[in-house]
Parts: sequence; C-alpha cells; structure tokens
Amino acid sequence: MTAHDEAPARWAMSGAGGPCILRLEGDWLARRGALPGFPKDGLVGCGADVSLQFDIAGLGHWDSGLIAFLWDVKRAAISAGRTVDAAGLPLAATKLLGLLPDQAMAQEAVVVHHIGPLNWLGGQTLATLHEMGMISRLSGSTARAGWQFTRGRGLMRGTDLWANILDAGPQALIIVSIVNFLIGAILAFVGAVELRKFSADIYVANLVGLAVVREMAAVMTAIVMAGRTGGAYAARIATMQGNEEIDALSVIGISSTGYIVLPAVLAMMLMMPLLYLYGSLIGVFGGFVVAISMLNVTAPGYWNETVNALAFSQFGLGVTKSVAFAFLIGVSSCRIGLRAGRSSADVGVAATRAVVAGIVGVIALDAVFAVVAETFGI
Amino acid sequence: MSKTESLLSVRGLTLAFGDHVVQQDLSFDVRRGSIFAVMGPSGCGKSTIMRSMIGLLRPTLGTILFDGADYWTGTDAVRAEMGRRFGVLFQGGALWSALTVGENVALPMQMFTTLDAVSIQRLVAVKLGLVGLSAAVDTMPSALSGGMRKRAGLARALALDPDILFLDEPSAGLDPVTSRRMDDLILNLRDGLGATIIVVSHELASLFAVADDGVFLDAVRKTAIAHGSPATLRDGCADPQVRAFMRREQVEPAHKEAVG
Ligand SMILES: Nc1ncnc2c1ncn2[C@@H]1O[C@H](COP(=O)(O)OP(=O)(O)OP(=O)(O)O)[C@@H](O)[C@H]1O
Ligand SMILES: [Mg+2]
Repeated sequence: MTAHDEAPARWAMSGAGGPCILRLEGDWLARRGALPGFPKDGLVGCGADVSLQFDIAGLGHWDSGLIAFLWDVKRAAISAGRTVDAAGLPLAATKLLGLLPDQAMAQEAVVVHHIGPLNWLGGQTLATLHEMGMISRLSGSTARAGWQFTRGRGLMRGTDLWANILDAGPQALIIVSIVNFLIGAILAFVGAVELRKFSADIYVANLVGLAVVREMAAVMTAIVMAGRTGGAYAARIATMQGNEEIDALSVIGISSTGYIVLPAVLAMMLMMPLLYLYGSLIGVFGGFVVAISMLNVTAPGYWNETVNALAFSQFGLGVTKSVAFAFLIGVSSCRIGLRAGRSSADVGVAATRAVVAGIVGVIALDAVFAVVAETFGI
Repeated sequence: MSKTESLLSVRGLTLAFGDHVVQQDLSFDVRRGSIFAVMGPSGCGKSTIMRSMIGLLRPTLGTILFDGADYWTGTDAVRAEMGRRFGVLFQGGALWSALTVGENVALPMQMFTTLDAVSIQRLVAVKLGLVGLSAAVDTMPSALSGGMRKRAGLARALALDPDILFLDEPSAGLDPVTSRRMDDLILNLRDGLGATIIVVSHELASLFAVADDGVFLDAVRKTAIAHGSPATLRDGCADPQVRAFMRREQVEPAHKEAVG
C-alpha cells in the first residue's frame, strides 16, 4: 500500500516441456498502472499431465491487477486442457479467483444495422404515425378524465390543479410581459420607419394592434409557455418515470392521465387565454411607448385608432388559438414525459423534445388557423 | 508500516439536519484491516453517519480522523485526495443511469488511473466477475433487478481497489446464496487486498459472518449504546435492547421502560 520503492510487476515461465512454474515478482497494483497480460497460448508448451505451479517468493503488494492476471492464466489453462495448482498462491487471491467464472463471456458478434435511406424514411413515418396515434389517445383520455372530474368521479385533486395554475399563470407573468412588450415595441419601430415616409404615422396603431392581437401575442405567449412550462412538465414526468413513481401510481389504480396530465393540461388551458389577453395589452402598450416617443402621434389619438382597428372577433380568434396552443403544448409535453426512458439523460432528452415539439407545433397550428380564419373571413 | 492501529477514529460526533439531531456524541474507532459493522434499527442514522465519513455531510460537532488527520478541517482538495482511497456502495446502488454497468465500473479508472483501455476492460471484467455480474457489462442500470444494482454498485466501489470500503446494506435484497457470496467476497477483499471495510447492515446472518467489530446505535437516545463485534453483542451485551435486536426478539415491556 505504500508508495515507496515499488518494484515493477514481472512474471516468467520456466520448465517448458515438463512441469511448468510461473514466477511472479514485484508489486501488482492495478491502480498504479501495472497490469501485465498473460497470452492465451501461454501454457501450450507445458506438460499436459502436471499442474502449473506458482512461485511467489518475490511477490510484493498486490490488488485486483494480480487477480486479473491470474484469471487470464486460469482461462488459458482451461482452454489448453491444463490444470493449475493454486496452492502456491496467497489464500485470499485463490478465493477471489474462485469467485470469478471459468469462462470469460463470449464476445457477442457486433450486429451491424444497415440503415438505408428508404428504411430510415419508413421507420420515421411509422414512428410519427404511431406517435400521432398515441397523442390522440392521450388527448381523448385526458378529455374523458376531465369529463369525469366535472361529474365528481375523477381522480384529480384540487390542490394539484391549483399548484399547476399558479405555476402556469402568475409565475409566468413577468416573462410574458417582457416578451410581449418588446414585440409590440419592435413592430411599432419597424412600422414607424416605413409609415413616416408617407406621413401615415397614426397607422402605426393599426399595425401594432392588429399584429399583436391577431398573431403575435398568442404565438409568442405560447412559445414562452412551451419553453417554460412544457419543458418542465416533460422533465417532471420523465423523472417520475425513472423513479418508478408512475408505476406506483398505476398499481394502486391512479391513472397517470387523471392525476398528472389532466391538471397540467387544464391549468395551461385556463391560464393561456388570460396570459394572451394580458400579453395583447402589454404588446399594444409597447407599441404605444415607441410611437409616442418617435412619431408625431398623440396619446388619445393612438388609443382611438387602436380601438377602431380592433374588432371583438380578433380577440375571439386569439383566445381560441391560445386555448388550442395550450392543449397542444400540455398534451404533447406530458406524452413526451410519459414515454421517456428511465435514465437521467432521458430526462434531459424529454425536456428538449418537449420544447422543440411545442414551438414547432404552435407555429404549424398557427399557420392552419391563419388559413381557416381567411376562409371564414375573420 | 508504522501507522496507528486505528485507521478511522470518530470523536464526539454530532450529526443534525437543521434542528433535527440524528445522532449525538458518538465515539468509536475502526481498526486497520477490520470489518466494522454499524448496526441499529431502521432510521437511527446509519446511512447519515456513513455520509459524514465520506464527506457528504459536515458534522455539527466532533471530529473524524483518518490516519490521525482530521478529515473535516482539511481543504476540499485534501478531502478529495483522501476520498480517492474510499470505495462507497450507496444504499440504493446510485449507479449512473446514463452509463452501462461496465461504463459505471470503468469511469473511476478512466478518471484516476493511467491504465489503457484494454487494461480497464480486463479489470472491469474482473470486478463484475467477482460480484457475479459478468453477463451484465453492457446492460443499462434501469434494466437491472434491485439486487443486481446492489452488486453492480459494489463492483463500482471496488473500481480503484480502495483502502477503505463503505458498504451501505450490501446484502439487502439479495437471495441467501448470493448474500453468502457477498459475505465471502467481503472477507476475501479484506484478507487479500488488506482493505478496511465499514458495513452498515441489518442482515444478522451476514453481520455474524463477516464483522469483527462494530457499534450499535439507538434511535431514541440518539447515540451509541454498545460497542463490539455482533457475536459479542448477541451473547454478552448488558443492554437488553441490543441483545434482543441481535437475536431477533421482542424487547420485554419491563426492559422497554428501562430503556425509554
Ligand atoms: N436529507 C435529510 N434531511 C432531513 N432528515 C434526514 C435526511 N436524511 C435522513 N434524515 C433523517 O435522519 C434519520 C436517519 O436517517 P438514515 O437514512 O441515516 O437512517 P438509517 O439508519 O440509514 O435507516 P435505514 O436502516 O432504514 O436505512 C431519519 O430520521 C431521517 O428522517
Ligand atoms: Mg440507511
């Protein structure tokens, strides 16, 4: 165990053709990097009818490095049909050696997967379809759990819903404010530069109002929530998965849909429209601040123009969108958490995937809404 | 080796989480090369004591000496240096879930030795072979049974051929045969590698088989109530509670009052 004057680990065979003796010398300490190996055919030259003997007169300190070497010797002896007389070895080494299996694990042939582009495409398509099916089923069972809850037969607890609401609502206010204020300000800024050329300064109010209320407030709020809350849902559920908490719930008959997914999704669906309305207000305010300070516009004039530009239906569209976004983000991030693997790395993967899926899904769904709104002339 | 006989000394140790005192005024010595058992009822603070000995929980009061050096007054670097001589098996296995079993065992060697990849692979095979898990090298920890996780954790604790092994419930959750094999392994590790082993355990059979010294903790009085090997505690301890524990008996009511 001491560091001073260590002799290097050495071994030597003697007595080829007859009774072989394996001499071991020096300190066999694996942690110091000394780990000689024994060739597989090292015992071929020895007599078949006499056991291999050991000479450990020169052996110093040893640890698992010696055991690894002796295991090699033992297996070489087995494969060469020779026997080993372990009597000369330290007793503890013999016993440790006895715990090791005689045959090393046969190295499994590495299976090479040929992934042609067509196979890959097919696999991806099937996986995507399967995933869409699963998300639809989860949506369905979440809706059913919600229905049961309204009938007083559900398994959702009020406290869970309340905790989720606090997290998805009030605690998100600051970041929603910042993002929407800046979006409104940026829109006003870009608009101001162009509209000033035509002396149409006041129409900045229309531009900001329409853009914020119809599109930006709902989309930006949803993106913020996908990153903030969707990622957290996925990470939380994936961690529960790793700790067998979900299994423990389902064994006693608590469905993960009713107990975990429903409060999460419901909280988001309740809070997102409110955050959207709040975000619209802040966005318009952001545009107002820029317009007042940059352009030849009065405060009452700006408000008047904004109110005139906006119809109630614009808000209706925004609220509908934000409810749909909330449902999409909630269900997809819970689904991603529920199907996560059980290791710590899987938690990170689940959180990332939930955020990406949420953001892409929100933008894609928004495009669908744009087309539908156009058709209905909203 | 001109070193003190006791490798680890605990003096006047008090451990607490905030206001909640777990154990107070503990003192015991662990002899070099012994297998030392920390015994006591569930929840009395055995794992907590282990955590303070391996540097995870700073004691409220008292000292822990390794080779005569105060463990907790040293700098973080000094503690990390000492910690490299430890091998630790946590109660829950604590395998790194993102790595395979083989990688779990290999990681400490890759970090702290100059061994090449082939040597590391050989040593990983040896260590997994010792705990009977040769077949599980490439398995992920999440795909192991509870007992297999324990054994894989032990293989990882052996990775650096530690001087001091801390084992928290090494044989809990193992079948009698495997548990016996663990006991043999623990004894041979001590005899062969000269390691000092501190084992936290409830399993009476394995305590009697391996431990040659120990300390018994009480959850009510929050301190050590007996010292000695499990067998002497069973046969000759003055405290009825300890004797009853070691014989798996109920404490008679009269004694219980005396204890409380
Ligand atoms: N992180 C913590 N924070 C607060 N209290 C804790 C913490 N960890 C443990 N405790 C408390 O310390 C006490 C001792 O716990 P510990 O895990 O050391 O028990 P143990 O003796 O190892 O029990 P077992 O045999 O069941 O493993 C318990 O009362 C426990 O509630
Ligand atoms: Mg414990």
